[in-house]
Amino acid sequence: MGKMVEVRWHGRGGQGAKTASQLLADAAFLDGKFVQSFPEYGPERSGAPITAYNRISDERCSIHSNIYDPDYVVVVDETLIGSVDVTAGLKEDGAIIVNTSMSPADVRPLLKGYKGKVCTIDAREISVRNLGAYFPNTPMLAAVVAVSGCVERNKFLSDMEESYRHKFAKKPQVVEGNLKCLREAMDEVRSDG
Amino acid sequence: MSIRDRLSGNEAIATAMRQINPDVFAMFPITPSTEIPQYFAQYVADGKVDTEFICVESEHSSMSACMGAEAAGCRAVTATSSAGLSFMNEVLYVAASSRLPIVLAVSCRALTGPININHDYSDSMAERDSGFIQLYGENNQEVYDNYLMAHRIAEHPDVRLPLMVCEDGFITSHAIENIEIEEDDKVKAFVGEYKPENYLLKEENPLAVGPYGVSNYYMEAHVAQAHAMMNAKKVILEVAADFEKTFGRKYGFFEEYRMEDAEIAMVIMGSSAGTAKAAVDELRESGVKAGLIKLRVFRPFPGEEIAQALKNCKAVAVMDKSEGFSACGGPLYAETCGACFNLETRPKMVDIVFGLGGRDFTVEAAKSVYDRLGKIAAGGEIGDIYTHMGQREK
Repeated sequence: MGKMVEVRWHGRGGQGAKTASQLLADAAFLDGKFVQSFPEYGPERSGAPITAYNRISDERCSIHSNIYDPDYVVVVDETLIGSVDVTAGLKEDGAIIVNTSMSPADVRPLLKGYKGKVCTIDAREISVRNLGAYFPNTPMLAAVVAVSGCVERNKFLSDMEESYRHKFAKKPQVVEGNLKCLREAMDEVRSDG
Repeated sequence: MSIRDRLSGNEAIATAMRQINPDVFAMFPITPSTEIPQYFAQYVADGKVDTEFICVESEHSSMSACMGAEAAGCRAVTATSSAGLSFMNEVLYVAASSRLPIVLAVSCRALTGPININHDYSDSMAERDSGFIQLYGENNQEVYDNYLMAHRIAEHPDVRLPLMVCEDGFITSHAIENIEIEEDDKVKAFVGEYKPENYLLKEENPLAVGPYGVSNYYMEAHVAQAHAMMNAKKVILEVAADFEKTFGRKYGFFEEYRMEDAEIAMVIMGSSAGTAKAAVDELRESGVKAGLIKLRVFRPFPGEEIAQALKNCKAVAVMDKSEGFSACGGPLYAETCGACFNLETRPKMVDIVFGLGGRDFTVEAAKSVYDRLGKIAAGGEIGDIYTHMGQREK
């Protein structure tokens, strides 16, 4: 069995971290992988911290526990840093990807001495620039694909294009904006490692 | 050709329902089963099914509506969880004793209190004496496959009992994983049309359903119902054999995972079995003779078969994902011990209550269970036979 990639998402209820984890599963599935995408629910409240997970592997994974030692952590809402232990168990040869306008060097001191790679992406700016509104999911999805390499870039972009054309069949004008979000996020994600 | 897809457990069940196109779906929502009627409502709106979709005012009513529909000769389904299943309790017994083969999808969730939306089997285990057949699945694929087999088992003339297709709330119901979906026409051909021998308004032989059973008749009705549950064992295996021939995936009463020469074993259900399999694989690599029995059919309980599967083990842990408050072990332990009691030689057997209200069960936790079993098998003290796992001490 090839290496399994495990991803943990931190967001707030209503922001779409669960949806982003489902989109990542979709992208990996379309690339021929076995996938798991699952949320961890507490009380269902808009704005409360929520966690979602992905496992991506070449063979079906029978493990159905939560993920405690992820390869990658994605922080969809930077205000969670400090109140949620976002780097808990995160592997040092992995990376954390934070949605923020700050640089990786400025984020690192907030991460309790995490020694692995720190990446940042300004999902708000990219989303507003291309879609005219704040939808962090699409740029965060592209950032985690770029950083982890769990799906090959061109395959990812062409699969997502097909998926958007299907999903937004009645709103074709938003397809190009979403695709630009993906491409620009893949190019603009910054890392200090 | 089966279709490779990725679906949550809830969407897999809704997909099976769409393919089967039941006559009636009486729905009332409750987390985490709500998506099942939600997806199905879309199929109704899109004209993909011609099911009579009835939005009722409670679970007591949804099961009652299913009863009415089945009594009239229709194929009727619903879905629920937790308190919703409890609220059906009275009607479940009536449906079973009226011999109405309703298929009920249950996204298993803890019962209150404290109030909790996450997974354990306290809801479905509380209905173990209701007369429903109960099938459990490890993942979305097994839940889908169980659903495709459900109507044929329930409606078989030797059975005629309602059936619960149980999935783990959130862990399976809300997890998206790869799945092989079968083609609509092949599913329809496999499940077949429902042609009940008798029903309420059959012109040549009108039927009374649910009459008073005086003492002179009540016991005969119950013995007939008990025999139907015993007959279900044969039918479950027949349907599974045809399923394997048609779709290629094999099912029995339970899955024996690396049990050939196992000295220590777990008896476990649902998604936790998948996690425990990873522990078995690791232990086998270091030479530990560990195995696992994943129970698929809890009602009827395959006691003789489980006893045969466990008889050569030295130590067994029965993993109960519901408490039961008997003060001497959970329901799966009681059944498994009872099944093994008359064996000439039998393993030492402990009960571990775990995973209540969504408490996570990890590969490490499973390994710690095998570690304890290894010590018992080597001649160590059995210790407390009934313990809890994964809770904080203070």
